[in-house]
Amino acid sequence: MSLPELQQRDRSWHPPAFAPDYKSSTTRAPRQALLSLRGTASELTGPTFGHGDIDPLDNDLLRNYAHTGDPIGERIIVHGQVLDENARPVPHTLVEIWQANAGGRYRHKKDSYLAPVDPNFGGCGRVLTDADGCYAFRTVKPGAYPWRNGVNSWRPAHIHFSVFGTAFAQRLITQMYFEGDPLIALCPIVNAVPDARAIEQLIAALDMNASVPLDSIAYRFDIVLRGHRATYFENRPEGG
Amino acid sequence: MVQKLQYLKETPSQTAGPFVHIGLAPGDAGFDIYRTELGRDIAGPEAQGTPITVTGQVIDGNGTPVTDVLIEVWQANAAGVFAGAGEVEPGFRGWGRVIPDFDSGVFRFETVKPGAVAGPDGRMMAPHITFWLVARGINVGLGTRMYFGDEAAANASDPVLGLIPEPPRRQTLIATAEGNRYHFDVRLQGDAETVFFDI
Repeated sequence: MSLPELQQRDRSWHPPAFAPDYKSSTTRAPRQALLSLRGTASELTGPTFGHGDIDPLDNDLLRNYAHTGDPIGERIIVHGQVLDENARPVPHTLVEIWQANAGGRYRHKKDSYLAPVDPNFGGCGRVLTDADGCYAFRTVKPGAYPWRNGVNSWRPAHIHFSVFGTAFAQRLITQMYFEGDPLIALCPIVNAVPDARAIEQLIAALDMNASVPLDSIAYRFDIVLRGHRATYFENRPEGG
Repeated sequence: MVQKLQYLKETPSQTAGPFVHIGLAPGDAGFDIYRTELGRDIAGPEAQGTPITVTGQVIDGNGTPVTDVLIEVWQANAAGVFAGAGEVEPGFRGWGRVIPDFDSGVFRFETVKPGAVAGPDGRMMAPHITFWLVARGINVGLGTRMYFGDEAAANASDPVLGLIPEPPRRQTLIATAEGNRYHFDVRLQGDAETVFFDI
């Protein structure tokens, strides 16, 4: 079985494992060099998901945990396209998100921030991209919140994204930020990304064309997964 | 000047943070929202082969368990076939999400022992389970493999273990076996730092 290989990951475009201004990384960053491994079937295959796995309401965070009404907060649509590095859409792939509520509080038993939980907001959603690789969520804009890095550190408003692709080695978790947020420039997690152009890739643009008048404003966030290598000529086997 | 290559850049990774469970395992965050949470059953009810239990801890550079880690595992079935790449038992996905106890950091999952899988050059790879780890403080998900301590001959000829230049480090990828129970600790730093891959 010959599986298409992936382009090498450009590690300089990603944050390094050891980023001391983000203090948690110091004890959790491997210190040895990663071992380069040409993808095998174990990395070039990956799980797939279908409409039997999820429900139509799962991508509507205004409704998927509503008990007595809508959640509090600025109503937004977050949409975009999942592409690969060859600019090809990635269809039917699972996109999962999670976020704090409008006050910056997570619904998690380990979050103790003083802002209240919202009884009508769970804070997670999931969807499969369509045939063109497009996805959309409806939610509230998350609030900024303090965290114990410096004594007065605040995370910019963000939504966590998890995306699969078709190969397990394409697996990606990242965070989406919002255009215009002054906290982005102050954040050590953001600034662990070495290249300013790469940081821009994490900031969703206000997208008035996708806004719903008198209802919700929209942000567009496209996501790029690793692409497959071109294989015009087969490699000779090692030693062959 | 030359023509521009029209490749896109991969979206940079960001840490999953300490509250990854909200998105990927909300039951562990403490609430019930989805009809089914994904990744709770790795092998399914009809999987052939040997049922196994794997336990372990992810340990940081201070020797402290990483209690907020979320691990994804990916494996072939007992015949060495990956779901999506060939015929597998109904309900066999070969993928799962593993969340440790928030106090002890001890994780545990049940699956079937995978079969050997052919590597790119046709040489057989010893049975193994692929691990992918995310947590607060991990900026890019960490990929590694768990091999089985009771497969000494297959491990000795495994082409991936053989790539590890220092033989003692190969041991960091091999789970200890006790019957059908395996124990596998992942060390993020230190003398016995686990080998992680750049794939």
